[in-house]
Amino acid sequence: MAMASTIETKTVLQVEGVRKAFPRPSGGEMTVLENVDMTLKEGEIVGLLGRSGSGKSTLLRIMAGLIEATGGKARFLGEPIDGPAEGIAMVFQTFALFPWLTVLQNVQLGLDALQIASDEAHKRALEAIDLVGLDGFESAYPKELSGGMRQRVGFARALVVHPDLLLMDEPFSALDVLTAETLRTDLLDLWSEGRMPIKSILLVTHNIEEAVLMCDRILLFSSNPGRVIAEIPVDIQRPRNRLDPKFRWLVDSIYERMTMPARAHAAEARPAFSAGGIDMLLPRVSTNSIAGLIEALAGAPYHGRADLPPLAEHMHMSTDALFSIGETLQLLRFAEIEGGDIRLTETGMRFANEDPHVRKQMFAESLLSYVPLAAHIKRVLDERPAHRAPYARFAEELEDAMSEEWAEQTLRSVINWGRFAEVFAYDENQAMLSLDNPV
Amino acid sequence: MSNISTISVARRERVAPSAWDGIALCLVAGTLALIIYGAQQMNAPLASVSKAQISLSPAALPEYALRTTLRMFAALGASLLFTFTYATAAAKSRRAGAVLIPILDVLQSVPVLGFLSFTVTGFMAIFPGSVAGAECAAIFAIFTAQAWNMAFSFYQSLRTIPEDLDEASRSFRLSAWQRFWRLEVPFAMPALIWNMMMSMSGSWFFIVASEAISVGNTTITLPGIGSYVALAIERRDLTAVFYALGAMLVVILAYDQLLFRPLVAWAQKFRFEQTMGQPTPGVWLLRVLNRARLVQIALVPLHKGFVTVAHAPLSFGRWRWRRSPIQRRWLNIIWGVIWWGLWALVGAYGLHALYVEMAGQIGWAEVFSAFKLGLMTLTRVVVLVGLASLVWVPVGVWIGLRPGLAMRLQLIAQILAAFPANLLFPVAVVGILHFGLNPNIWLSPLMILGTQWYILFNVIAGASAFPTDLQDAAANFRVRGRNWWFKVMLPGVFPYFITGGLTASGGSWNASIVAELVTWGNTRLEANGLGSYIAKATAAGDYPRIILGVMVMAVFVTLFNRLFWRPLHAYAERRLRMI
Repeated sequence: MAMASTIETKTVLQVEGVRKAFPRPSGGEMTVLENVDMTLKEGEIVGLLGRSGSGKSTLLRIMAGLIEATGGKARFLGEPIDGPAEGIAMVFQTFALFPWLTVLQNVQLGLDALQIASDEAHKRALEAIDLVGLDGFESAYPKELSGGMRQRVGFARALVVHPDLLLMDEPFSALDVLTAETLRTDLLDLWSEGRMPIKSILLVTHNIEEAVLMCDRILLFSSNPGRVIAEIPVDIQRPRNRLDPKFRWLVDSIYERMTMPARAHAAEARPAFSAGGIDMLLPRVSTNSIAGLIEALAGAPYHGRADLPPLAEHMHMSTDALFSIGETLQLLRFAEIEGGDIRLTETGMRFANEDPHVRKQMFAESLLSYVPLAAHIKRVLDERPAHRAPYARFAEELEDAMSEEWAEQTLRSVINWGRFAEVFAYDENQAMLSLDNPV
Repeated sequence: MSNISTISVARRERVAPSAWDGIALCLVAGTLALIIYGAQQMNAPLASVSKAQISLSPAALPEYALRTTLRMFAALGASLLFTFTYATAAAKSRRAGAVLIPILDVLQSVPVLGFLSFTVTGFMAIFPGSVAGAECAAIFAIFTAQAWNMAFSFYQSLRTIPEDLDEASRSFRLSAWQRFWRLEVPFAMPALIWNMMMSMSGSWFFIVASEAISVGNTTITLPGIGSYVALAIERRDLTAVFYALGAMLVVILAYDQLLFRPLVAWAQKFRFEQTMGQPTPGVWLLRVLNRARLVQIALVPLHKGFVTVAHAPLSFGRWRWRRSPIQRRWLNIIWGVIWWGLWALVGAYGLHALYVEMAGQIGWAEVFSAFKLGLMTLTRVVVLVGLASLVWVPVGVWIGLRPGLAMRLQLIAQILAAFPANLLFPVAVVGILHFGLNPNIWLSPLMILGTQWYILFNVIAGASAFPTDLQDAAANFRVRGRNWWFKVMLPGVFPYFITGGLTASGGSWNASIVAELVTWGNTRLEANGLGSYIAKATAAGDYPRIILGVMVMAVFVTLFNRLFWRPLHAYAERRLRMI
């Protein structure tokens, strides 16, 4: 920011060695955020970019004083954060509007704790509503508004308290593409013109382009546990143009970084990949999406190889979803991801051309060879005399290594894949895995 | 905050009174005058209320109806107060919840009349020589019929506050008080109002027993519909019983129209949904109030007052995490020891008091026979709920699939549920005597008379909510007869049926005390069961046996719910929920 660079910049937020861990039911703890350092200066927009499960929202909530860090220090304007602080306001992904309050009342809610005289509060609320372009809707209830207008109310409610720091938790991800873009542009205009009573913005997002469009600096998070793997300054003149080659190059390079470290990390954490490794977190990816992506990649115009950002756009998929499917393909050795590109392997190409029956066999082979958990389940079922084992047996095993929620997701995924491959069967009523074919 | 006053602000400039003001004024002033009159009567000396004072003339009924209604609303007020404090404490503190929720669970399964026997003497002692003591006892009895489900509903709401609203209210640093009035109460409002309506319906059932109190030697007859009915039964005056029924119907319709319909319409805006819902049903009272300009203006200061109170921070300083983890752990242990120690003391004292009361009076044989009687009542409840389901599930499905009919009939079913079926008991007695039937069998249907409607209107609700596309699919593949019932419709309404069945069976247990021992003049019909056991012990003022009976019934109800309804409910939630 031009405004910021000319004067001595003040530190708004400082985070040192922050760690967050949750106790596990089976004892021990689960680390979701590890050793995070960052500072946020006056006049900056900083983005926390990462995939789901990277702890970026957790970090935001620590800064908001909504949850307490397990270790490390977080300071706001030099004061330790020990609960929601005056001077920090938050915008929520789900808007978090009170359905029984009108737009005006929702905005005034932000002022309730500040003990402001009601006339003054009324005036400030009207100003904030005016600023976000909602004048005329003061007496409307949230359910009468579209998603974009609701989020404008969310912004007005945060701005009305005149915060020094605005925290935004994926504020545009619940909106459709067009609405989200309009809101981003409006917000950036207000920011550049200095019309918002705020000093800095912290934005959590999993959308790479959004981060590049809006932020002065991007902190890239890795998953499981979350930690900062790169700090990327965005030196592109505002207003930024998505088609600018410099913009494209930065987006591409971030794509690359977001896919690479995942592999490096996996390799380093699990040296014996084929032996054991049943505690690998599996994404919730349906066999339909797997086949769909393989087919799309094999066909024109990709012919087996694609650049990830345009592929995401073409398939109308979020980066997060595409990464999940892509990594599943990589895990099953149907594809390889490298330098922001995805390339089908020979097996992958063959899969694309086979009929459903052969596909199932190929999938089963890959599943048992490369997904240790699937092989493990099959082995257990083979060994048991009745060839049956309860769901809970595997869930408990996984919960030693991951949270209950992730264990469930992982097990659900492997069950779905196993059912598709007809490697094992599952009876939902009895929560029982077996080798029987369903009758 | 309220719909009414928001509109009032917009219309402030037009101050000329309208004809609607006249109507509204009459309503408001009339209600106030009635309340004041009724309250004065409640403070009369004790001697002025005896059975001799009750008149069976229909002319006396309006006053009786008023006093009964006031008692019910006093109890409703007390229930709200209880709900707001007890349920809030249980939801806010894990330690308090661990004690308060099981207690509430037990209280809910204790038969309503069980409370009456223990509290009458206590309340009489607080206000010696005045009617106030007896009034308090009666109000307390009604309170026990209303409070528990309201508290449970509020507790459930507090536990399911959407996470984002919780975070928003914390991040904007609302104090606990502001949060309570701006987030928690509004969010809980629709469910709470529904439960208030259920509570009012439920308490009619016990109006006779709570106004014509007779525990051992203590006999009090408070002027009210309940006492009127009691006297009519004693004098075998069937005409008077029907007069009382009429009065009751008028009262039910009046508070339904004047209070609950407007409340339900108003509570629409607290429904937690982000899409436009169905249009608010038209409510004539709201229309009158909206058109009455002077009333609107009068409401502005009221609204302002509420807003000021609800927005006041009233905070004892902000809770912070300043203490170190070790300090916190020690504080936690110390508070835990104090808290649980206190409860251990209370429990020990209770056990001691129980021992003193029961020792030497109750042998194991007595306990055994109480359990045997409990089994008999259990059999009745199971058979009756089963029979009622066989009848009302098909009927409910048939009605529910016809939207126009469902709207009208569901309302009627709700009124029927509010209707105190015990007032029809005399008719049943006359019938049983006339045909010389076995009371052990033929008194039983009285238990389910008032509660079967819960099954009906829940099934109607379920069938109305059944997705049209599934109906179309069933029709398209020509699924008919047995298959249609067992594969399409019954699984669809099952979750709703469970809710209705649970309520009906709970109500039937409670009703057994009234239904298993019925009198008509000097005639006494009795069915063997736990209900008549408690009723007889109460009439004799035999405290050890009342305690035993109440405890056994609480055990039965709790076990029945835990072992039968809860698993079914869990199954329905897991497998049959429409997403």
